[in-house]
Amino acid sequence: MAMLEVMGLNVYYGAIHALHDVSFQVEQGEIVTLIGANGAGKTSILHAISRLIPVKSGEIAFSGQPIQGADAHRLVGMGLAQVPEGRRIFSQMSVLENLEMGAFTRRDKGELQSDLEMVFGHFPRLKERVRQIAGTLSGGEQQMLATARALMAHPTLLMMDEPSMGLSPILVEEIFEIIRDINREGTTILLVEQNAHMALSVANRAYVLETGSIVMEGEAAALMDNDQVKNAYLGT
Amino acid sequence: MVLFLNQLINGLGTGAIYALIALGYTMVYGIVKLINFAHGDIMMVGSYAAVVLMVNAGVPFPVALVASMLVCVAFGVAIERVAYKPLRDAPRICSLITAIGVSYLLQNSAQLLFSANPRPFPPVFSIPPLRIGGVSISFVTLLTVLVAALLMVGLNLFVMKSRTGKAMRAVSEDMGAAKLMGVNVNMTISTTFAIGCALAGIGAFLYCIAYPSVAPTMGAMPGLKAFIAAVLGGIGILPGAMLVGFIMGVAESLTKGFVSTQLSDAVVYGILIVVLLFKPSGLLGRAQREKV
Repeated sequence: MAMLEVMGLNVYYGAIHALHDVSFQVEQGEIVTLIGANGAGKTSILHAISRLIPVKSGEIAFSGQPIQGADAHRLVGMGLAQVPEGRRIFSQMSVLENLEMGAFTRRDKGELQSDLEMVFGHFPRLKERVRQIAGTLSGGEQQMLATARALMAHPTLLMMDEPSMGLSPILVEEIFEIIRDINREGTTILLVEQNAHMALSVANRAYVLETGSIVMEGEAAALMDNDQVKNAYLGT
Repeated sequence: MVLFLNQLINGLGTGAIYALIALGYTMVYGIVKLINFAHGDIMMVGSYAAVVLMVNAGVPFPVALVASMLVCVAFGVAIERVAYKPLRDAPRICSLITAIGVSYLLQNSAQLLFSANPRPFPPVFSIPPLRIGGVSISFVTLLTVLVAALLMVGLNLFVMKSRTGKAMRAVSEDMGAAKLMGVNVNMTISTTFAIGCALAGIGAFLYCIAYPSVAPTMGAMPGLKAFIAAVLGGIGILPGAMLVGFIMGVAESLTKGFVSTQLSDAVVYGILIVVLLFKPSGLLGRAQREKV
């Protein structure tokens, strides 16, 4: 059974048909990436899964359970967390409060401290800035905070939307290294990226999205050698 | 000097009531970015509930206080669910106009039910005023200021420290991101309305003890003043609303004592204009600047 199974997903924004019969799955332990140009529908897919936008038709199952009718706020408790596009940290709250919000649904408050240590292990820079107001962090630090915040929920599936956006190449390397680490520790990852090169280099499998439809899928390594993908997304 | 102190103390009493109502405005604005123009009328609803309970049903005042607070909460939460929630994604002007509509609906319903004639509010306390030198401090004023200050401190602690308070701040910053954290946004918004309206319920009671007359339009003036306090304090900022509420009460009272009774409202609105000219985000408000 796939950890995440999306079947025949259709999403409309008013009269605009944004996603056409999108189907894909993510197996436990994988890093799967959805690549595609700006406006291809990558973020819409994640928002549909997280129940932030309404779904016209199709089925979404998480760990075998259908979730397309669930309330958005129940999904975190089921083990599904998202690092949204543009980070969307709570900029007027402190770094610590942002992390606490990440653990909002968890009742085992005793573990909070050890979880904080766990995310500080991944992101030592956040530890230095734990009292700082999140809006004053640099872009890279904000991305780290957004990722750390999602990890605080103990997700089994972490969905990441454009973690490389607006970051310097060194920071992008750093973030992707952390994505690998998180995956190695047992978290399944669904990664949405415009930076196809980076995404394909960390992912096991990939889906290519064009104007709301999946046009190609396969092993990430194979797609990296695919001429069509090379021309369209890798710029070589 | 004695007159000054007396007027100052009276002003603090009135200001405390403005402050309590202003907290409701500013909390609701903070979370749903809506000026709930019906908030003053919630206070009126609470006042009628108190009068009916105490005069018609003979309920003792502490019970009536709690019950009228609950009535305010019920009205506030119901209004949000029925009138504002369906418009949450609509342009902001829609919910603003709806709020004005709800305000008139409440006023006219009260008029239909209770007639336009004011009803007297029964005396609650018969404790003689405290006299220090020539300055007399009425028990009610003392109580009002104390209650308002305690509620303010408690509310601030709640919003800053509690789990629900953090959820409120998260929703106020980014509703979508709050959902991704597992925050039940509808519940959080309802809680905010409930707290704001409970405060309006207490405000109503204190207002009625100070000005013992209940009428369908009684909420309009204190509602407007509280709204101004919320804006001047920096809308969405709790201590700001509280501080300006007190300042306005004092300014009004000092004008009445030393300048002219008719001019007191003009002074309040004058302060509004001057402050907004020089600090449009309000006294404690910060200009919206974010690092991207």
